[in-house]
Amino acid sequence: MREERIYLDYAATTPVDRRVLEEMLPYFDTFFGNPSSVHVFGQKAEAAIENAREIIASKMGVSAREIVFTGCGTESDNLALRGVALARREKFGADRILITPVEHHAVSHTAEQLAEHFGFRLEFLKVDSRGVVDADDLRKKLARDVAIVSVIFANNEIGTINPVKELGRICRDFEVPFHVDAVQAAAHISMKGIGEWCDLAAIGAHKFYGPKGVGALFVRQGTAILPVQTGGGQENGRRSGTQNVPYIVGMAKAFELAQDELSQTEPFQKQLRDQIISSVLGNIEGAFLTGHAEARLGNHASFVFEGVDGNQLLILLDAAGFACSSGSACKTGDPRPSEVLLVLGIPPELALGSLRVTVGKYTRQEEVDRFLAALPALIERCRKLTNHSAGVLS
Amino acid sequence: MSENTVAVAMSGGVDSSVAAALLVEQGYRVFGVMLRLWSEPGREESNRCCTPDSMAQARRVADQLKIPFYAINAQEIFRQVVVEHFFEGYRRGITPNPCLLCNRFIRWDYLLNHAEAMGAEKMATGHYARIRVVDSSVKLLKGIDENKDQSYVLSVLSQDQLKKTLLPVGELTKPQVRELARAFGLPVAERHDSQDLCFLAGQDYRDFLKRHAPDVMQPGKILNLKGEIVGEHQGLGFYTIGQRKGLGIFAPNPYYVVDKIPEDNILVVGEESDLQFFGLIAGNVNWIAGMPPDRAFRAEVKIRYKARLVSSVVEVLEENTLRIWFDHPLRDVTPGQRVVMYEGEEVLGGGVIRQGIREIHGKEVSWG
Repeated sequence: MREERIYLDYAATTPVDRRVLEEMLPYFDTFFGNPSSVHVFGQKAEAAIENAREIIASKMGVSAREIVFTGCGTESDNLALRGVALARREKFGADRILITPVEHHAVSHTAEQLAEHFGFRLEFLKVDSRGVVDADDLRKKLARDVAIVSVIFANNEIGTINPVKELGRICRDFEVPFHVDAVQAAAHISMKGIGEWCDLAAIGAHKFYGPKGVGALFVRQGTAILPVQTGGGQENGRRSGTQNVPYIVGMAKAFELAQDELSQTEPFQKQLRDQIISSVLGNIEGAFLTGHAEARLGNHASFVFEGVDGNQLLILLDAAGFACSSGSACKTGDPRPSEVLLVLGIPPELALGSLRVTVGKYTRQEEVDRFLAALPALIERCRKLTNHSAGVLS
Repeated sequence: MSENTVAVAMSGGVDSSVAAALLVEQGYRVFGVMLRLWSEPGREESNRCCTPDSMAQARRVADQLKIPFYAINAQEIFRQVVVEHFFEGYRRGITPNPCLLCNRFIRWDYLLNHAEAMGAEKMATGHYARIRVVDSSVKLLKGIDENKDQSYVLSVLSQDQLKKTLLPVGELTKPQVRELARAFGLPVAERHDSQDLCFLAGQDYRDFLKRHAPDVMQPGKILNLKGEIVGEHQGLGFYTIGQRKGLGIFAPNPYYVVDKIPEDNILVVGEESDLQFFGLIAGNVNWIAGMPPDRAFRAEVKIRYKARLVSSVVEVLEENTLRIWFDHPLRDVTPGQRVVMYEGEEVLGGGVIRQGIREIHGKEVSWG
């Protein structure tokens, strides 16, 4: 148990930037009003969220009216899929949903529910062994009876960045709404001009140094969408419920900082990422990179290891002071191979031995060096444990 | 890694929580572990050793003590070793004791190995028993609290395993442990103290066997001690030695199960007076010291976890086998259960009961 812990799990969540926290604080007590209220207390709060909306919209190069605040990235994905699918079936009879087999559960489980309980036909787009969506397959499957197409912008598990612009333009040719789950991408890729190629985009603040429990959905003007949460009609009727003012203020500040500082934060993270990938592949036998080698998130390195139980590896890493993640991570000791890794054609035994290392803007060179120095021995120890268990069983 | 790092096997219950708190207080670096054991698909919520509730509780205690906590996946090895052994026992007509096998091969092997790989020097549990180092060897003693003593279930451990073990609450009485829990501000709730096997998840073992090992349940003949057929049994696994109810035989005097002959799938019944065992033969013997104290010696023995101690003479037959003669005959010697030998407070060792001895003069009784 080392006292000083090294955090290499920025894809799971990030610490709130101090500047973001400062921005949020007054909205807990000084400006605590309900944005829907008539009085000045309410006006202050309303001004704050409208300002936040304007900031996010301008960073995306879209109109403020096109931004809906939600409770998290997952809720944004839910609103996009359920809201658009239901609205377009009602209006045009469109009842097909196209997603990829490498979506986050926020999208895949929502789409599955729409298929199983609401009568939609769910189809999956082809992906290659690196998790890249096949544009030709999209072209083949698209027709006017498709209610929505949803594609993960940058994959949380394997880091692969999809050719979303190309995919989005194909959808636009067919006049079918295109949703991107940009939850991982927003911290690392410029979101400027997304309105030119997508109709909906989900983000969640805690992935880019904002607070947990707040997200946003870009909904391009003219996109048919039914609200999923009904009530007082906030967010232009698209998402009822009193807005979480301090968190929305924090998200806007965090998004602004993340997007504005990309050129400062990304190059060093990429350098660390490349160091991790080349060191792991070069120094550890039976290690394989998962996802795309180049078209991947700048902070994201993901692997599978032969003869390793990924959950065990995470535990040994944590005991040694390193916080990482894996596709099969499970706190209750019941790991399952990740569906995403299986879809890429990785055999189940290998898929159970996955590791995700994601750096962030606070990661120091020395931390990565220490991690890379410790990892080979820990992998070896995991392999010994696996062999020992096999010995007990034989 | 630190020399003073200890992994505590936590259950969420008061005993292991207090064990962890005591070790933290004594200045050890402590982390908590909990095994995720195999459950029948769909019954994961009811596996008493690792319900989501007990895991959440253990996590809360760990957080309160500011120690890390990890769930270790042992589902596959548990199923292959412990559950298979359970089936195999019933297949052979004996009444297996899976918890002891779990202690030997899962807790003090698989889990201990993981704990060591994570940097722990030792593993602690909330068992009521004590460990004493005398010269270079380790003795296993009963817990201070005789009512809670759990040394029986630890009699499967080797010197090596015991050397790596800490049992902080064995030095205390249960009321003291509760008192300490209050003082530490820990939850004092008991984990449901059931004799049921964790993987049965509350259901009857016979239903479980029917579903998972139907071959175990072969109907066969019931014979009396004269070798006469008096009925039909549903499968030897349904019956235990000394059982009276559920035999489905009409007779003037009640019948009792007095033996099972798995080779011929025969259940033997007799009268209550036929249920007298003067001794037993045990195999697979584990000596805590690594060897027996003598070729023959007097000891107190326990033939089940909750049985009374009986003064006896122990004869060491071969390295791994022994014969025990009770000072007073016992009624329910059950093949497959464990016999554990004590000298005063000290556990000498234990073995798996192979058969009960009915005749003092060495004349074997044969049925049918």
